[in-house]
Amino acid sequence: MSEPRWELLPHAADIGVRGVGRSKAEAFAYAGIALTAVVTDPNSVVAKDAVAISCTAPDDELLLVEWLNAVIYEMATRKMLFSRFEVRIDGHELTGKAWGEVIDVERHEPGVEVKGATCTDLKVSRDEAGQWRAQCVIDV
Amino acid sequence: MDLARLQQKDENQWRIAPYGKMRVPAVIFASASLIRDMDDKVYEQVTNVAMLPGIVEASYAMPDAHWGYGFPIGGVAAFDPERGGVISAGGVGFDISCGVRTLITGLTREEIESRKERLADTLFRRIPAGIGSTGELSLDQKEMNAMLRGGAEWAVGRGYGTKADLARIEENGCMAGARPDEVSDRAKKRQRDEMGTLGSGNHYLEVQHVAKIFDRRIASTFELHEGDVVLSIHCGSRGLGHQIGTEFLTRMAASAAEHGIELPDRELACAPIHSDLGEAYLGAMRAAINCALANRQIITHLARRAFSEIFPNAELPLLYDVSHNTCKTEEHLLDGRKMQLFVHRKGATRAFGPGHPSIPEPLRDVGQPVLIGGTMGTASYALAGTSKGMEIAFGSACHGAGRSMSRHQALRHWRGQEVVETLAARGVLIRSRSKRGVAEEAPGAYKDVSEVVEAADRAGLARTVARLEPLICIKG
Repeated sequence: MSEPRWELLPHAADIGVRGVGRSKAEAFAYAGIALTAVVTDPNSVVAKDAVAISCTAPDDELLLVEWLNAVIYEMATRKMLFSRFEVRIDGHELTGKAWGEVIDVERHEPGVEVKGATCTDLKVSRDEAGQWRAQCVIDV
Repeated sequence: MDLARLQQKDENQWRIAPYGKMRVPAVIFASASLIRDMDDKVYEQVTNVAMLPGIVEASYAMPDAHWGYGFPIGGVAAFDPERGGVISAGGVGFDISCGVRTLITGLTREEIESRKERLADTLFRRIPAGIGSTGELSLDQKEMNAMLRGGAEWAVGRGYGTKADLARIEENGCMAGARPDEVSDRAKKRQRDEMGTLGSGNHYLEVQHVAKIFDRRIASTFELHEGDVVLSIHCGSRGLGHQIGTEFLTRMAASAAEHGIELPDRELACAPIHSDLGEAYLGAMRAAINCALANRQIITHLARRAFSEIFPNAELPLLYDVSHNTCKTEEHLLDGRKMQLFVHRKGATRAFGPGHPSIPEPLRDVGQPVLIGGTMGTASYALAGTSKGMEIAFGSACHGAGRSMSRHQALRHWRGQEVVETLAARGVLIRSRSKRGVAEEAPGAYKDVSEVVEAADRAGLARTVARLEPLICIKG
């Protein structure tokens, strides 16, 4: 099984995010880093302050949308960027933590703002090797 | 997109006859060359929309259509509430009522040229733009609700702009039927400090000059003359609209089955117009329209203040304000019968033809101004709505150039500083806090706006009036 990672997927107007992990929760956590990568280089974000985030949804896919939207909400209202995530999924309940810092425009050079996660290209799946992928298109 | 999959009606109109679960045909307005460059996903999305309950006439795609979520961006669809018609959060988009307004400066290019640098710096200092920026006012709960009910009218009441501005805004600056109580506390919190902010991405404030007039009569009614300078603002409902969009998209996705709606894809999440959820969304979306109108009104005031520092006598009256991402109740003729329809326009501009009572009286004879935003290196356009557009697309037209390259491809192609320098050499001053943002928005990452406008004109959706080229661009 390959290493957990995040990826950005091409989409003409918006952008897709994907997290890959050994568990569903890890894939969700990496999808969170991909979300930061839409805005800035995640390596430029210091994982300084922690924010607790939780959400629920009727199924795995909507749970991913809710999770990413909850992260976007914290980014928007706290004016923060996050570079480290910890996720626990219990049934259809997610409890997580995001570590990051307040945006520093000079240092982070933020590009486009993320508006919300969509149900387009929305997939939460496990392949034969047991690896999880969690992805969807983000409206920017 | 493969042209062979479409039936050509005329040079700029293509049809997909209903098949499978499609209730109506799909119609794409574009030239053959624009269609060849369109993503296959547009075909998929425009036909998916044709499957939704209560859709009438056809599912339309404008010349700048591209892959969106649910509906294509550049998608237009009208629904009849009496035939089970639906409302879709994905059919409106997250940046509810994102739009463009253009102000007439009364100055010429020559008058601006020598003070351009100072004007650019002043506008940049005065207009909050980009991620992390906040506006000069913070709204408490009571003021937030008043703003959501009152829109631009609320802003004028608080000293931002003049009453004369209101007549030049769709809905006279205040969308009726807004329900602040249907807007969540989270959406309100997200907006609290964001009034009067431009945002980021493709949003901008531009000082432009009228480079070419295509229709002298209409241009003169719009008070546009070659060499004149105008100011255009492109932005939307900020965090509040985004939060409403996200919340209702998931609520609609989770409850579609409950409403007996079979979705070809989850991304088409919708609710019957006559349902609690449908009505709640309508109330919240209309409140977000008011938020966008108030936001553009505040930015207008800030821009006028900046202008007056350098040109004390400039007044900057409003030509017009259009919204791109909306669902509006409108009266249209259907089989010779007047009907109240819910018209979704996602990344599409309302383009009412001459004589429509919604158009301000001084402009009524020539049609509604249709303001098309381009890129910071090419051009924007002013068009006018047509009678034909009323017949073939419920009075709708394109909204912009549309991207031809993803943001990450653009980052690989250009560096922000280079884009700024190249444009400065051509006389276009860019001011932005983020070089990355500028690179993502490089003019080359967009389709040719002129080709899009020409297709809209030739299809009869709107008539080209004037070409506006940038002199100063403030980016988020």
